[in-house]
Amino acid sequence: MASETPRLRCSSQGSVLVVEFSDRDVLDDVAIRQINSELVRQIEAAKTVHVLICFRGVEHLSSAALGTLITVNSLVKKRSGQLRLSNIKGTILEVFRITKLDRLFQIHDTSEQALAAFPKS
Amino acid sequence: MMSTSNTGFDSGNVNVSASAEELEVLQTSVASALTRHAYGEHALFSIRLAIEEAVMNAIRHGNLSDPAKTVEARWSVGAESATFHIIDQGEGFDPAAVPDPTLDENLEIPSGRGLMLIRAYMHEVRHHGLGNHLEMTFRREAVA
Repeated sequence: MASETPRLRCSSQGSVLVVEFSDRDVLDDVAIRQINSELVRQIEAAKTVHVLICFRGVEHLSSAALGTLITVNSLVKKRSGQLRLSNIKGTILEVFRITKLDRLFQIHDTSEQALAAFPKS
Repeated sequence: MMSTSNTGFDSGNVNVSASAEELEVLQTSVASALTRHAYGEHALFSIRLAIEEAVMNAIRHGNLSDPAKTVEARWSVGAESATFHIIDQGEGFDPAAVPDPTLDENLEIPSGRGLMLIRAYMHEVRHHGLGNHLEMTFRREAVA
């Protein structure tokens, strides 16, 4: 099943909720607050326990967006699931490395690789 | 407001309110000036991120999101460097007291990464006065 909110495109692939951003910039506070609440709502409503966030098309990311990812990671872990990230452009990957969040998140080059890495239910 | 001097610098200033709605005007003006001076894609990415973080820190932590307060953003872009002054109307802070967000014990805290990103992407970062005036400079020759 697929759904689209103003900021996110969501679909289910097996036991994984796959999320993509509608915007190329995940920077400003209003957008990030909307993304945060949409993500939490989608995860809580999902029958799946695992979440893949695909960054295809995202060009910019702020520290506030990183905060949202950390919140989502905690929520997914609380539901005994895994959060994986994929398709992160080199400049944004650098932001994850500088903040050392590449140690906290499981990051894959492609969504296919990420999907293959989730535990099979 | 934006101007070009006969010394080859483009400069301007924008007052950003608590809603941050003027931030995009600031970003667009700066990006135009950087493009005019032929700064590369990575420089544009770095400066956009640093401005975003500096202004949002000033609104949230400096002005405490008070709608009666504004953040003054002044910028100057030349062939060799780009300098930005971000000034809030808050009570200031001690930059040395900001916890290191990369420590294991702080890694899962959702906030507190703005200043470290500014320091990582800009070549000079100074705090003036009580800490409510941030000056940051991107040096073009420092780019590999």
